[in-house]
Amino acid sequence: MRTVRVIPCLDVDAGRVVKGIQFVDLVDAGDPVEMAARYNAQGADELVFLDITASSDHRQTMVDVVSRTAEQVFIPFTVGGGVRSVEDARRLLRAGADKVGINTAAVERPELITEIATEFGAQCVVVAIDARRRPAADGEGEGEGEGEGVAWEVFTHGGRTSTGIDAVHWAERCATIGAGEILLTSMDRDGTRDGFDIDLTRRISDCCPVPLIASGGVGELDHLVAGAVEGAADAVLAASIFHLGEFTVGEAKDHLAAAGVAVRPA
Amino acid sequence: MIAVLDYGIGNLRSAEKALQHVGSDARLVSDPARVADADGVVLPGVGSFGPCARALRDSGLESAALDAIARGTPFLGICIGFQLLYEGSEEDPDQPGLGVLPGMVRALPRGVKHPQMQWNVLDRVADRESGLLAGTPDPAWVYFVHSFAPEMTSDTTSTCDYGGPITASAERGPLWGTQFHPEKSGSVGLGILGNFAREVAGAGPGVSARPVTGRPAPSGTGS
Repeated sequence: MRTVRVIPCLDVDAGRVVKGIQFVDLVDAGDPVEMAARYNAQGADELVFLDITASSDHRQTMVDVVSRTAEQVFIPFTVGGGVRSVEDARRLLRAGADKVGINTAAVERPELITEIATEFGAQCVVVAIDARRRPAADGEGEGEGEGEGVAWEVFTHGGRTSTGIDAVHWAERCATIGAGEILLTSMDRDGTRDGFDIDLTRRISDCCPVPLIASGGVGELDHLVAGAVEGAADAVLAASIFHLGEFTVGEAKDHLAAAGVAVRPA
Repeated sequence: MIAVLDYGIGNLRSAEKALQHVGSDARLVSDPARVADADGVVLPGVGSFGPCARALRDSGLESAALDAIARGTPFLGICIGFQLLYEGSEEDPDQPGLGVLPGMVRALPRGVKHPQMQWNVLDRVADRESGLLAGTPDPAWVYFVHSFAPEMTSDTTSTCDYGGPITASAERGPLWGTQFHPEKSGSVGLGILGNFAREVAGAGPGVSARPVTGRPAPSGTGS
């Protein structure tokens, strides 16, 4: 049986969960360990912590958050943000993280994906891809349907730096060189509450042999259904709908189940 | 004391923390000599079969694990640690396993995504006693991350459906193993680890100083 995972995402800045729209107007949303425990109790299948702390002075703060979470929350969790070396990955995994997310460092030096996978196994390597729509160039956007003529470009450094890399090709390559999972965020949709970029999600799910987490744009529960069904994502990630208390994880799962998507009941 | 064998791979902290959460005196152990003092042994493992098999051997903990199994010490293998109990794996044919359970580790069926990285339901093998799964709810949802699994044998006590029936757990006397991660399977997993802690507490003279019922079990474990 294939079951779709529901994953709340916690953006952590200097040890506190923050919420904001497209990284502006950050507001304190709470203690990460308390929120992790609450989402676990609500039936979350996994958690993602994204360390958005600008300064590396606070790197140890995240390790402490990971360690405290591992003492209380017994579901899988991924930690991303600032992972640039095998040693960074080791520190987080030893503290109790199950997977590490890598983004900018993977684009700058793809060997890092292979190095972490070799050391700790591909199952703990989540490559996070931030992608933005652009008109297709030659050799891109060869799919059919609504996504025809469109391609997606990989951005790094929290979405600030364009790379020129095609997101679909990059996802395929990541899976080949050691990624165990892809966390795909549509920058066009992130923070808009308009729903996932389904064309992007579907395109990468169809060509990428490893599990895919869809992210960016969830504003209502039907968006989760669309990501799982039309987008063929293996997991759906959302932040604000949970942090703002609009919906519990249990309500999200009930909605998915009612739409015919197999989930672990909350 | 429950020795969680620390042979230098991945995330071992979660197995240790989860066992402590259900009240056992679990400790990461990297010194083979200390395994002999343990009332129970847990062999975790993530990644791939070959590197784990090599790391276990190079650490000196392989022979300590085999000695503990030979003495009848309650033993729990998790994920790759479970696979290592078998004779070998298609993943790395050159690396032998411990061979304490007959059978081979095989790739998951074609036509489904590899790895299976999700929660799935345990199907208990009919008419098979299981100390490991005693008191688990029905359905019991647990978390899997794997591309290979041991073939089904007479030791198999539960399976999951992923392109066909896949071995999820096996038991032979005090030797237990799970392909899923009980330490990452919420309250159901904690209940299963509680069963192991009770097996350890009830086995032989070296009972843990700390009572395994020292903390309330989380709700829903059925224990």
